[in-house]
Amino acid sequence: MAQDKSKGNGSREVVIEVRGVTVGFGDHTVLDKIDLDVYRGEILGFVGGSGAGKSVLMRTIVGLLPKRAGTIKVFGVDLAAASDDERHAVERRWGVLFQQGALFSSLTVRENLQFPIREYLKLSQQLLDELAIAKLEMVGLDASALDKFPSELSGGMTKRVALARALALDPDIVFLDEPTSGLDPIGAGEFDTLIATLQRTLGLTVFMVTHDLDSLHTVCDRIAVLADGKVIAAGTMDTMLASTHPWLRAYFHGKRSRAGHLEAANV
Amino acid sequence: MSGVLLEGTAEGERLRLAGAGAWVAENAHSLEAQVKAATRGGDAIKRVVIDMARVDRLDTFGAWLLERLTRSFSARGCDTAVTGLKEDYRALVDEVHGVAPEQASAHRRGNSLAAAVGAIGVSIASVGSSLAAIVNMLGALMVAFARVVTHPRRFRFTSMVHQLDNVGWRAVPIILLITFLIGAIIAQQGIFHFRKFGADIYVVDMVGILVLREIGVLIVAIMVAGRSGSAYTAELGAMKMREEVDALCTMGFDPTEVLILPRIVALIIGVPILTFLGSLAALYGGGLVCWLYGGISPDIFLSRLKEAIDLSTFEVGMIKAPFMAIVIGVVACVEGMAVKGSSESLGLQTTASVVESIFLVIVLDGFFAIFFASIGM
Repeated sequence: MAQDKSKGNGSREVVIEVRGVTVGFGDHTVLDKIDLDVYRGEILGFVGGSGAGKSVLMRTIVGLLPKRAGTIKVFGVDLAAASDDERHAVERRWGVLFQQGALFSSLTVRENLQFPIREYLKLSQQLLDELAIAKLEMVGLDASALDKFPSELSGGMTKRVALARALALDPDIVFLDEPTSGLDPIGAGEFDTLIATLQRTLGLTVFMVTHDLDSLHTVCDRIAVLADGKVIAAGTMDTMLASTHPWLRAYFHGKRSRAGHLEAANV
Repeated sequence: MSGVLLEGTAEGERLRLAGAGAWVAENAHSLEAQVKAATRGGDAIKRVVIDMARVDRLDTFGAWLLERLTRSFSARGCDTAVTGLKEDYRALVDEVHGVAPEQASAHRRGNSLAAAVGAIGVSIASVGSSLAAIVNMLGALMVAFARVVTHPRRFRFTSMVHQLDNVGWRAVPIILLITFLIGAIIAQQGIFHFRKFGADIYVVDMVGILVLREIGVLIVAIMVAGRSGSAYTAELGAMKMREEVDALCTMGFDPTEVLILPRIVALIIGVPILTFLGSLAALYGGGLVCWLYGGISPDIFLSRLKEAIDLSTFEVGMIKAPFMAIVIGVVACVEGMAVKGSSESLGLQTTASVVESIFLVIVLDGFFAIFFASIGM
């Protein structure tokens, strides 16, 4: 299904199409006529400086922020012009992992995972319980976490449960807002592997806002870079490393990057 | 819409199950029923082959139901095989295969009668523990107060003024309005009923004594509990939830001294002032109604009022005010600090704060009534 069309020739299916999108607050323009394509079955890493507006674009795509101009099409549906039913059909097909997890604090992990399923599908309680465990095990946790409340979870567990909830309805697209921030390098590495595995098994399209250079290296198929309100580059890691743009050089060849380490080692 | 997703044909000891269509979330409901039906009966079956070649879409829901199907046959000792599964879905099915079944004991519920009796016990115990928490908070406040008295520079004066602005100054308009209306209503009712005995003029006595001794301070205390007590609980609770209180502790500050003492001092200053203003507004409202509705001119009202009340009537009301403030403040802060991680608990504690403080204010007022009666005030 998903993967078949994605890897390979030029006729790749675009699942998110952003054209000329402008977003601002007051007289401050954050995104200025942005264009961006996300292809089916890829993991897109979306990078940019802190405060550059990465999360703003993500929140605009999922409809949490209003845009001043431009169109956003998801699965070919223009969300601004769509009817309520069309919108719901699209919303049903994406999952969002928020930076802080955004788990419902008054529900247990089990109820958090079952909430979207219960709302959209009429399933027996037994199946709901089994699915909650299945989802939890897919993100590397076990059934012992089921009856905990979000306040009793560690940072890494919160992220995993939030990912499981984002995947609850088997979406086609997942939006991840800095999934590895606040995790230790081992935890972040495991999370990257997890995302890559889930992407393969479920055929997901992943839109990942991140700062983590390791994530970009290991899991992202393509990288888009946001600076000064524009997407200044989009392409594979090699394209990024080859670019001469000063911001890209500073970002990908800086002290903390792998390329930076290699260059330092060669000197 | 979903149609037949799973079809079985039995051949003696062998059962052939053929899957078809989309085994995805939307069809999970009917698929579950068909899976259940397929596993029913057929004790003679020894071998099961599940053919998935005609399943064109599969997601976690479908993969899990397939897993459930194979598990239920395997559990009965049947030889189970899955054939024709598309290569794309192999990883997903393998992933789901590792899922451990839940221990049935996780979901145990007692009978409802025991639960009801248990709930009564728990709430009675919680009355005791919340009393203990209040006493605990009073003690912590005393300690913080003693520290501040010996080192006056440690008192958060700015914070106290800010709170006083919120609970005192900004509450003035609503307190004036409400006490004015209450005074007017008491006077109107008094005139209406006293007129039957020709005792109109005693309305002034009733309004004066009732307002100054009881109603003024009670209405103000209830208003402040609803308005500022709830705000205190919500503020402190949100700070507790976001670990701001923990941050203060690690920096070597005492939350009681930094957060709670200024708030309670602000209430102790604010509530008597509001009581004074509220009592005046109630007397004004009463006087106005006496004049317009009862034909008692302001001159007569005032001279009658002078005879009916003396300083001690006013004192009784005012003495109570700071104690009401302490009760409201302490309950609000205790409940605020009791907030746990969830937003639901914030709501529960805020409700508890308002209900408890209004209850305690009225109980305290009763004790004061007995006390003042026995000392002849």
